Amino acid sequence: MQSKDFSKAELQKRTVTGPDGVEFEVDPMRDYFCEAPPTVMPPAYIKIVEDLFNWARAESIWILGFGTGCGAIEMRPLMTPRFDAYRYGIQWRPTPRQANLFVISGYLSVKTLKRAIRSYEQMQNPKYVVGLGSCTINGGMYWDSYNTIKRLDDYLPVDLYITGCMPRPEALLQGFMDLKKVIRAGNAEGANRYAENFAWYKANQKQIIHDWDMPEYSW
Amino acid sequence: MHPLYERLKHLFPLDEVTEQRPDLLFVTLPREHLRSLLLHLRDIEGFSHLVLLTAVDWIEEGQFQLTYLLHNRPKAQDIGVRIKLARDSATMESIHTLWPTAATYQRELREMFGIDFPGSPGVEEDFILEGWIDLPPYRRDFDTKKFSDENYNHRPGRETHDPAEYMKQQLYPNGL
Amino acid sequence: MGIFDADRSQYPTPGPDGSLDIDLTSGKYLKLWQGPNHPGITGNMSLELIVCGDEVVKGTTHVGYLHRGFEKLMERRTFIQCFPIVCRICVPEPDFNEYCYAAAVEELAGIQAPERANWIRTLILEMGRINSYLMYLGGQAGAFGLGVIAQWTTYVRDLMLDRFEELSGARIYHMFILPGGVRDGLPDGFEQRMEETLREIEETLQQVYDVMFCNAVFKKRAVGLGYVDPAWIEPYGITGPVARAAGVANDVRKDQPYLVYPELDFEPVIGHDSDLYTRADVRRRDLLLSVDLIRQILAGMPSDGPLMAEIPSVLHWRIPRGETYIRGECSRGEYGYYLVTDGSGYPRRVNVRGPSYTHAVALFERLVVNVNISDVAALLVSLHTYPPEIER
Repeated sequence: MQSKDFSKAELQKRTVTGPDGVEFEVDPMRDYFCEAPPTVMPPAYIKIVEDLFNWARAESIWILGFGTGCGAIEMRPLMTPRFDAYRYGIQWRPTPRQANLFVISGYLSVKTLKRAIRSYEQMQNPKYVVGLGSCTINGGMYWDSYNTIKRLDDYLPVDLYITGCMPRPEALLQGFMDLKKVIRAGNAEGANRYAENFAWYKANQKQIIHDWDMPEYSW
Repeated sequence: MHPLYERLKHLFPLDEVTEQRPDLLFVTLPREHLRSLLLHLRDIEGFSHLVLLTAVDWIEEGQFQLTYLLHNRPKAQDIGVRIKLARDSATMESIHTLWPTAATYQRELREMFGIDFPGSPGVEEDFILEGWIDLPPYRRDFDTKKFSDENYNHRPGRETHDPAEYMKQQLYPNGL
Repeated sequence: MGIFDADRSQYPTPGPDGSLDIDLTSGKYLKLWQGPNHPGITGNMSLELIVCGDEVVKGTTHVGYLHRGFEKLMERRTFIQCFPIVCRICVPEPDFNEYCYAAAVEELAGIQAPERANWIRTLILEMGRINSYLMYLGGQAGAFGLGVIAQWTTYVRDLMLDRFEELSGARIYHMFILPGGVRDGLPDGFEQRMEETLREIEETLQQVYDVMFCNAVFKKRAVGLGYVDPAWIEPYGITGPVARAAGVANDVRKDQPYLVYPELDFEPVIGHDSDLYTRADVRRRDLLLSVDLIRQILAGMPSDGPLMAEIPSVLHWRIPRGETYIRGECSRGEYGYYLVTDGSGYPRRVNVRGPSYTHAVALFERLVVNVNISDVAALLVSLHTYPPEIER
């Protein structure tokens, strides 16, 4: 394998002139992002308070509307009256800042994995990841493909997997119910796992993303 | 032979001709005549729709085959023009001036097969892959299974059987 | 678009070769990314837009987020092993992959699918077309803020998925059309339940017509937006409803009839204004045409007969050297498979020609110039692009 130069001009440190004529320096990789790595969020001091928090978290699952793969097509029926996920407090949000559940809907190509990592890191704590479909578990149909990842839990902390290719809306609803149980039991600690093993996750991610041109942690 | 072939054979040095269906003809042509044949087909014969442009890797013969598939809608007729290129340092003339949409196909071919089309707009840019470090993936000598095993962490537990061997085992467990 | 009275002096002048010299550091322009994580994008792709004020001066499509390398994977699978993976190339309308692949293999292997299988294949393709159009109508309305239309169309699409489920056992990936024929016949009472579904679809479409197509706000934004010049159709390889909305009766079902289309009575749906509204209307009328075609198919289908042709043992199935191209008219335009075999048990090369390939990249980059940012999503939806068939 030859090594290539993936550096991009727009990410280099440079001097620009603003519209008002003032010159200033821009270092896109440092200026636009907070560099501080994620920290572990300890549970509340009293168990009953933590239980209350977990109950509240379980009842308001807001999903990031990022269809990363073909599983996204079964999300649409869930939003309509026939399956109606809204009755469980589940809804879809357009931006990572407002979402706390990231549904990886199927295979992730390396190009999408980059965006998925950034979207995940931009989400606020507490946050959860659900892997949907066989291809997030072991590659599924694409086990020998050169462009899709095989194990999602190497790159993002997964709280729950829903099997199938593709899982039916009923299976998704059941998966969300199970996720609620996991959250209420206080076991959905994916974000903390990500913070604790940050170096391990980053090493895994960088192993397959050869043109790493993102900040370490895009908060 | 096909009437279209009868008309073309006096004008162009066509090599190998296959009449796959009455409405689908494949012809092979030396590469330097490609542009004039495409122009003739487009402007005189009415094959004005470029259906696809793709490549086939005949690695045993050391050649890439480029296939330009054209369609004539009023006559419901297709013609595929095959061009053979040497596999090493493959370069081909760009046809984006004939069909602007060919630029996309050429960008993909450059990325997936490593066939260069100098002058085609944006041909240097990444199209599908990002940060690719190995051989162009659609070449036959690129082994996707090997790449996948080396690059990605596989979850243990997957078994692979050769279908023929496996069926033999299932049907005749005591041997034939 | 006539409502914008823009000051054109600020806009870049194109050079002699048509390229724009856009200096991003001048502060006049702003680069915006729409997607891949964005509600106004059809699936997982992204648009790089350079805007001046709120008008787009340059747009670039970026694809490849869904690339799984199907064409490579199929080279190391036997002919029958390819069959379950081809449908995954296009998610909302997977059956065309199965049909084109099966027909290409049959042609090169010299197999003739039985008559009844051809009727069932046609039925499945038309059902898939209805699904795809219903999804489009919901998306098109949603892009203009008419969220309720998507609720209705998703509901009737679910009814159609139920019909698919009783036919094939699956909602999305049916894996029903395999080389040599189809997997099974129609279940008992299918015709009657299908008729109920078709009535429900017609009723919903009437409501969609009243609420969406007669809606003053929708008309005000959609009429005149995204004009496709009929002269672009051939250079840009435009097919399907986008071409038919421009007045060209470009329909493979009529031009090169396949399966049982020669026996069905229909005329391609055409529009003339070639804007977003006409494209939506052509698709709505095409949907009604599909409803009619399904009725004709169910009435004309032979009730018994073989469903599968004799195929060689799939373990030792070799196909002699050859190449062919099979096309069909899917809901977005011409869908085709180019299959090359070399005498072994594996395909030498498979190339999938999806209509989105030309529509979403070359055509869209041309259409998006001078469009208001708020209309970009609707414009992309109106070309009915499905990213997985662009990058496979």
